[in-house]
Amino acid sequence: MIEVKNIKKGFGEKMVINDVSAVFQTGKCNLIIGTSGSGKTVLMKCMVGLFEPDSGEICYDGQNFSEMNTDQRKELRQQIGMLFQGSALFDSMTVEQNVLFPLDMFTKKTYAEKLRRVNEVLDRVNLKDTNNKFPAEISGGMKKRVGIARAIVLNPKYLFCDEPNSGLDPQTSLLIDKLIKEITIEYNITTVVNTHDMNSVMETGDHIIYMYQGLKEWEGSNKEIIFSKNERLNNFIFASEFLQDAKDMRMLEMKGKIDNNRNMDDMLK
Amino acid sequence: MNIFTEFGRYLLMLKGMFSKPENAKMYWKEFMHQCSDIGIGSLGIVVIISVFMGAVSTLQTAYQLVSPFIPLSTIAQIVRDTVILEFSPTLVCIVLAGVVGSKIASELGNMRVSEQIDALEIMGINTKTYLILPKLLAAFVVIPMLVVVSAVLGIWGGRLAATLTGIVSGAAFDKGLHQFFKPYNVFFALAKAYTFSFIISSIPAYYGYYVQGGALEIGRASTRSVVVSCVLVLFADYVLAAVLL
Repeated sequence: MIEVKNIKKGFGEKMVINDVSAVFQTGKCNLIIGTSGSGKTVLMKCMVGLFEPDSGEICYDGQNFSEMNTDQRKELRQQIGMLFQGSALFDSMTVEQNVLFPLDMFTKKTYAEKLRRVNEVLDRVNLKDTNNKFPAEISGGMKKRVGIARAIVLNPKYLFCDEPNSGLDPQTSLLIDKLIKEITIEYNITTVVNTHDMNSVMETGDHIIYMYQGLKEWEGSNKEIIFSKNERLNNFIFASEFLQDAKDMRMLEMKGKIDNNRNMDDMLK
Repeated sequence: MNIFTEFGRYLLMLKGMFSKPENAKMYWKEFMHQCSDIGIGSLGIVVIISVFMGAVSTLQTAYQLVSPFIPLSTIAQIVRDTVILEFSPTLVCIVLAGVVGSKIASELGNMRVSEQIDALEIMGINTKTYLILPKLLAAFVVIPMLVVVSAVLGIWGGRLAATLTGIVSGAAFDKGLHQFFKPYNVFFALAKAYTFSFIISSIPAYYGYYVQGGALEIGRASTRSVVVSCVLVLFADYVLAAVLL
């Protein structure tokens, strides 16, 4: 579990995060959503220690990250995996070397053991026959999957994903979402996903935080978000008429006013 | 950002490099990789520059020494001393500032922009130690070697030009090379090489590591690092000459 308590972070005069508190539960997909510039990436970077918050506390299973010394932080970071927006794979290394890198750096296993683990995680993210390819030779979706494989290779307790669906087609996005969700449950990880992809919100959002101009505007689950009365959240989530109609349909369906087993052709007649 | 802030951040970067490696074997691997990149990668250009530098020095010295009272072996002495004292350490290091410096700045800049440095940080790796220190140490080991190679090739190039054009015979050139040789000059050349190697690796590392933005900024950082390195090399050249000679 990760607890964020009264985090504030500014750059110069501008406050980007203003007194945000939240709890991210273990074994759940915790989503941070919000428009561009709402502070969600800065919040995530504060959580992983890439930015130092101006005030507030970040606790990993009760351990205050801000009070840790360099060695303690290093130790904790080995329990953190992160998938970056652009995958952040090492260009000069093959897929296999990318995933092998954390094992080489932090474990004393034999090469055969390490290779077995690499193949295990690459299989888990459904990547086969790509071991010797370079990042430039694989697709965006595959890069994301290599990024996930690298993030989970050391069996982390915490997984952070920064916009895992950016630049991907809807079908591949769904596959990545599904994979993140499955891995979260399978390894019982505390997963924090930063997204503005509505499919992700509805499919994987066990716990959702909506950020607006550096403040936590709303908190709930994917089941609650549809009934939210928060106007800003509704404007953000159901931005298009199509999505608004879909929401109305879903609400009617949930209230039992539409039989979702009915044939679509019958409905259109 | 003013010059003092930049200098302070540069010093903090250097200080930040000195931490215990997470895995000494991986750091050694990275060090060897950098030695190969900087050393082998620059060998070709160093060889070409050095040979021609020595050859041209011989021809131009011969052109100016027209007095019949000056023995022809003096040409070899002049070529030897200019190559050892100035051309090999300074000229080669200025070329290396372009070759090695732009490579270091653009490599680190690209890693910064594509979040690879952040990825390493999150793994718990001290990126200054892992990415910058091996480059500095490799430059410190390899660049003086390149300067020695350059001096040897420069003198050889001078001898080749002298014999091919018939300005000085091989025997006279060799005689001149042995006359009034001061081993201190080699020490001075190496002192310059070590100083310049630090400048041409740490300055580009600083500009590359702290780059912000995209491809355009990587290019700018790379160019700026080369310009600043060259100016500092020339400044250090003057200071070392004033202090050590």
